[in-house]
Amino acid sequence: MVKFQNVTKIYPPNTVALSDVSFEIEPKEFVCLVGKSGAGKTTLLKLLMAEEKPSSGRIFFNNQDVQKIKPEHLPDFRRKIGAVFQDYKLLPSKTAYENIAYAMEVIGASDAEIARDMAEVLDIVGLTGRAHNFPAQLSGGERQRVAIARALIHRPEIILADEPTGNLDPYHTLDIIRLLLKINEFGTTIILSTHNREVINSLGKRAITLDEGKIIRDEKKGRFIL
Amino acid sequence: MFVLTKRIFRSGWQSLTRDGGMIVANIFIMVMAISVITSLFLFRDISQFLIAGLQEKVDVSVYFKYDTAEEDILKVKDKVASIPEVKEVNYVSKEEALEKFTEKHGNNPVLMESLQEVGTNPFLASLGIKAFQAQQYEAVVNLLEGPQFNSLIEKIDYYERKPIIESIYNLTSNFNKGGIIFSIILVVIAVLVALNTARLSIYNSREEIRIQKLVGASNWFVRGPFLVQGAICGFFAAIVCFLLFALLSWGLNSRAELLFPGLGLFSFFTANLWTILLIQLLSGTILGILSSLIAVRRYLKV
Repeated sequence: MVKFQNVTKIYPPNTVALSDVSFEIEPKEFVCLVGKSGAGKTTLLKLLMAEEKPSSGRIFFNNQDVQKIKPEHLPDFRRKIGAVFQDYKLLPSKTAYENIAYAMEVIGASDAEIARDMAEVLDIVGLTGRAHNFPAQLSGGERQRVAIARALIHRPEIILADEPTGNLDPYHTLDIIRLLLKINEFGTTIILSTHNREVINSLGKRAITLDEGKIIRDEKKGRFIL
Repeated sequence: MFVLTKRIFRSGWQSLTRDGGMIVANIFIMVMAISVITSLFLFRDISQFLIAGLQEKVDVSVYFKYDTAEEDILKVKDKVASIPEVKEVNYVSKEEALEKFTEKHGNNPVLMESLQEVGTNPFLASLGIKAFQAQQYEAVVNLLEGPQFNSLIEKIDYYERKPIIESIYNLTSNFNKGGIIFSIILVVIAVLVALNTARLSIYNSREEIRIQKLVGASNWFVRGPFLVQGAICGFFAAIVCFLLFALLSWGLNSRAELLFPGLGLFSFFTANLWTILLIQLLSGTILGILSSLIAVRRYLKV
């Protein structure tokens, strides 16, 4: 489903963010990207979302070369991906409901379809009672659940979660991880980037460990070793 | 398509209503920009009125010899009137000239006594000639000084008046040219100010634009609400501006009348009501849409 082929990313003048990275991810997999801050996890996810271009190497998503996607086709491509960020990246002037619905609005779903799916997704993330609050009126954990609901509602093939628990306390961290596991059980591929030791060790899922832009370990049942 | 358009409009309106501070600031700047554009329209028409008034006062008088028959003078009048460069020819007979003099100086006993001492009507019949342009007077005077009419004419006051005529025409033409340059500069400033305000308010939304793009929104879906906001701000600014100008032209009407007799500011405003409203609405919405369009463009490259 996802294939990185000798990917290198250098930011000018000479900061190497990723160096000769190669790996593959199968559909329905749950993969953890492990590494210290600055190891290249976020860069890797940005390259996969075509937010940045690699300096060399190729990235494939469903056998499609990501770098060759024309700008006018980027929205269609990104609708196959759900993204969750450490700082939530919610639209501050929209309510939780509107933030989540936005992902369906952009694809042109009808109001009836949005209302139907919203009820289901709000139930999954446990936000039914907080749907009409603005992000500023929600706690960190609730905001992240809104972000996950937004990443989930249009039924993407893959969810990229970039340090989704980075700003959360242990209780909410567990909550979010459980939610991602549940989504994975429904058949959505998950790439979870994290530097949280407990999360990696308790999950027992595949872990790709990055250090200074290089893959130093790729294990089926990964553990946090740095 | 209809669903997406409806959502773009709803989203644009929603952002505006949820951010009252921004709408007030944007409308305030737009009111200034539209005021400049409206003032230029008014300035152009009012300056045309003043220039026309000034040019109306310029003419050349041709005085005929005392014993020239009225019939001959009228022939000259017809000939002069047929010249395309001539705007207007007025015949003033000896009697009319005397009448005008007594009317004007009736209260001056010295002048009246002198007139009585002369005994007869000392005034000469004349033609008052108005041309369209200052430089056209020369050709008219040349024709009158030619052999055909020379024997009938006592005096032409063109050479005495030439410097004044030319300076009045130069002044008005410079005023027109200056007005055009001034207008262009002001419009450019107004557009730049509106554009910069839009840039600042959209700069604050750059992170939102990035998120929308990453969620899979097309450029038009992101850009659309900003254009709607720009158009709505422009529309409201135009309405505010219209009311402001109505109030100003009504309030300043009597003062303007004192300064420039015949210039009715408020009647000018009411006579051009629809044109002014159209100019304001068009300039407001176009400026709002255009500035949003330009300002949002750079943040769409995600």
